[in-house]
Amino acid sequence: MSIQAVAADGHSVLYTDRRRWLWSLSLVWPLLPVAGCLLARHDGNVLWYWSTLIVWYLLVPIIDHLLPADRSNPPPEVVPQLDADRYYRLLTYLTVPIHYLTLIYCAWVVGTQHLPWYAILGLALSVGVVNGLAINTGHELGHKTTSTERWLAKTVLAVVGYGHFFIEHNKGHHKDVATPEDPASSRMGENIYVFACREIPGAMRRAWATERTRLARSQQGPWTLQNEVLQPLLITIPLYLGLVIAFGWIMLPFLLIQAFWGWFGILSSANYIEHYGLLRQRRENGRYEPCQPYHSWNSNHVMSNLILFNLQRHSDHHANPTRRYQSLRAFDDLPELPSGYPLMFALALVPPLWFAMMDHRVVAWARGDFNLINVQASERARLIARYGQPIVQAPTP
Amino acid sequence: MNDTAQFRCPGCGYVYDERLGHPHEGFPPGTRWQEIPDDWACPDCAVRQKTDFLLLAAERKEATIGG
Repeated sequence: MSIQAVAADGHSVLYTDRRRWLWSLSLVWPLLPVAGCLLARHDGNVLWYWSTLIVWYLLVPIIDHLLPADRSNPPPEVVPQLDADRYYRLLTYLTVPIHYLTLIYCAWVVGTQHLPWYAILGLALSVGVVNGLAINTGHELGHKTTSTERWLAKTVLAVVGYGHFFIEHNKGHHKDVATPEDPASSRMGENIYVFACREIPGAMRRAWATERTRLARSQQGPWTLQNEVLQPLLITIPLYLGLVIAFGWIMLPFLLIQAFWGWFGILSSANYIEHYGLLRQRRENGRYEPCQPYHSWNSNHVMSNLILFNLQRHSDHHANPTRRYQSLRAFDDLPELPSGYPLMFALALVPPLWFAMMDHRVVAWARGDFNLINVQASERARLIARYGQPIVQAPTP
Repeated sequence: MNDTAQFRCPGCGYVYDERLGHPHEGFPPGTRWQEIPDDWACPDCAVRQKTDFLLLAAERKEATIGG
């Protein structure tokens, strides 16, 4: 299926999205834990309950590195038609009920099949990975301006109890990205565990404050159904309560672990790696320079981008947050991660590995000038001693 | 006098129209640009703030109360 458009100089542009049909796999990823359960019941092998984790942390990185990176972009002339093609957004809509199906089915398996603890742990973490993808779908939908997409964003975030992301990500993170003020931008020398303790409560606090400010402008307090932080909780609380009532107390560890891995294992991990060490400069008027393409880490690995709705083309996303996933572009000379997100998430869990992999890249990005780096204050002296002295800029005459 | 103006986000193209306001954001129709706080971010992209917005068009209209 090709798109034809006319360029400014009058010549015709023809574009075929080679990934068009591959995007339909986004309906399959959220079902992986369900497939794992069915296979485990079929042949009795408990390892199947862990299979989603094996796919995410092992198989996807292998495929990422076997396939050549995809740096192709749609020509600008066809983007309006590509964005208008309802097929692409239908896929994001359809993943929403699939995430609910997966959570409820896996809860039923845990609640009724008398599994050993290590099977429940594997399944809970698997659902956590998939529900991290639910946050990713909520992210894609939440940036759009149609009321359907914004409503679906809140609905899909509710499946993992992270509805406040809809507010804080758009109105907080995108505003303050790559500054020390942003709890979702990590600092050089800050490990992921320290980061998550700043990011997770920071996101909740700021989302609530943002909604309270918005509602106060209409002379309303925060305890109203208009509060978009509370709205998704009206889905999450009855859903989780219903699962506990239906399947018993075993739901408590199951729901807790899957939510924790969706929050920390996927979302905090994504936030951790997306802007690590990168810093916007403060201008003379006290404001930060606008977010530039070089303020995000990118990856053009094919498999992980297919699973993540092109989130790894992160610079273009921050430059154009409302741009649809099928139209996000790769650019040359941008900060680039050595691998796709899944492997980088795994590396981040082992801080010495992460620092060894990334710190020299941050220093190279800043050309050795630590004034240009978002660095953890307590680590600053140690990192400067290791990577070089800060360059003091000569005063301009 | 009933001048209303429109202001466009230079990032994503969202237009704030004083006639329409933005009720969801707490600005009822008729809310003047100068009444909006300086740190208010674009409701669509949030990348740009009020002070970045560009005056799009100013039009002079007769007061049309009730019609």
